[in-house]
Amino acid sequence: MRATAVRNGLSPVPAPMDSIVEVRGVSKTYGNVEALRGIDLDFPRGKLTSLLGPSGCGKTTLLKIIAGLIAADAGTVDIDGKRVSAPGPERAFVFQDFALMPWATVTRNVAFGLELRGANKTEREEIARHYIGEVGLAGFEDKYPHELSGGMRQRVGLARALSVDADVLLLDEPFSAVDEQNRRKFQEDLIRLRTNQNKTFIFVTHSIEEAVYISDRIVLLSPRPGRISQIIEPDIDRSGDPERIHRDKHYLDTVEEIWQGLKQYVE
Amino acid sequence: MTLFGYRVPMMASLLVWCVVWEIVGRLDLVFLLPPFSDVLAAAFDLVQTPSWQSATVTTLRAFVIGMALAIVVGVPLGILMGRVKIADDLLGMWVNIFSSAPLSAIVPVLMILFGFGEKTIVAAVFLFAIWIIVLDTRAGVRHISPSLIEMARSYGASRRALYFKIILWAALPEILAGVRLGLIRGVKGVVIGQLLVAIVGYGALFETFSRNFRMAEFWALTILLFAFALVVAELIEKAEAKVEFYAGARQ
Repeated sequence: MRATAVRNGLSPVPAPMDSIVEVRGVSKTYGNVEALRGIDLDFPRGKLTSLLGPSGCGKTTLLKIIAGLIAADAGTVDIDGKRVSAPGPERAFVFQDFALMPWATVTRNVAFGLELRGANKTEREEIARHYIGEVGLAGFEDKYPHELSGGMRQRVGLARALSVDADVLLLDEPFSAVDEQNRRKFQEDLIRLRTNQNKTFIFVTHSIEEAVYISDRIVLLSPRPGRISQIIEPDIDRSGDPERIHRDKHYLDTVEEIWQGLKQYVE
Repeated sequence: MTLFGYRVPMMASLLVWCVVWEIVGRLDLVFLLPPFSDVLAAAFDLVQTPSWQSATVTTLRAFVIGMALAIVVGVPLGILMGRVKIADDLLGMWVNIFSSAPLSAIVPVLMILFGFGEKTIVAAVFLFAIWIIVLDTRAGVRHISPSLIEMARSYGASRRALYFKIILWAALPEILAGVRLGLIRGVKGVVIGQLLVAIVGYGALFETFSRNFRMAEFWALTILLFAFALVVAELIEKAEAKVEFYAGARQ
């Protein structure tokens, strides 16, 4: 507990010094299920913030509202001070099921965001090749998605998000459809990638370990209706070997602490 | 298939039936069934006659025009029904009725509308082929993963790009299956249309042969038609197999 800054309660969290995404009073109801109620949240620039909670807490809904893919019933989302209600070039999304075009090569998939923006072929393929290398897929440029493993497919999804040079990366449970060994490797790579890329990450996950492992900030959501129950900033040094983090005492303490908090929502 | 330990090629079973046909034909049991060799000889002669050649040109042209119209109208209609609920509610019932209705009964009505010529045949091909194309396209569009659509939207796809770069491609396997089934139905349409109109293309030939009991030629023409339908379906199937590599890998 000592090393972990904890803020409790449902009141709006005071804005940190520099927040890139500001969510104010966002609510969403599906039929008679209240998915989100009055969410006030700030996402600090250049940090990785996780939205963590049990299924049904509305974490993916919140992410998709920030992405502009779902319209909120009430409330606003500001990105860099500008109100948004639709997808925009300053945000890029990484999908749980990868959402790759099966009929297109890795290069075309990665370059697709740029293709939609009308970049010319040589230029966008050059950028795509750079990011394919960045996510560790060099040599797979001309493969098709079905020739890749789940982990590799998600690397393509990540490269596509990086190649459009958005400020905010939105990741919707990106590792949930990836097998365990690949997930560990991928998480380590993501930590390395974060230090190179000066971007803001918003990361949805249901895995406590994953959230603590990679996040600067964890927003715990409680279900029915989805609300913020706690915000945790794990104080873990990620500068060294990523392998070491799994044995870090703060890491283990924080995982345990979050589990104690979430236990009540598990039937 | 193996016989006495030997591998027998697939076409062998066809050969067996040809032999059976030949024997039954030679026994001269029914005049409707001349020996198969006679039919083959008749087919060989038939394809050299100008009447067959011009009938083939007429038939093919009506078939191609009718199919092209069915695809050009059917695919967008299927996409519309797959994407827009109101369109689906409004049209779904009719498409389903027409796809299972005995359409031959409508051909006489087409004759009244379009006269005793090529137009009626084209309309018959169109009417026979379009519904399955609409239904399959609709099913294909319905099965597109929602996240693929979200992906396109989140990366800023215009409506046009969404349809031409994602939806059309993602539904392509089903669209091709619909076109293949539509082609087979279209062959039915062209034959039934021509038979009912009776003075155009193959219909006229069929009329002549059966009225005059020229059974060898009658069967020869039938076999040629079957072969055509099979070859066309086979070609589409080849194209389907080519897109299969990604269709099979869809999540």
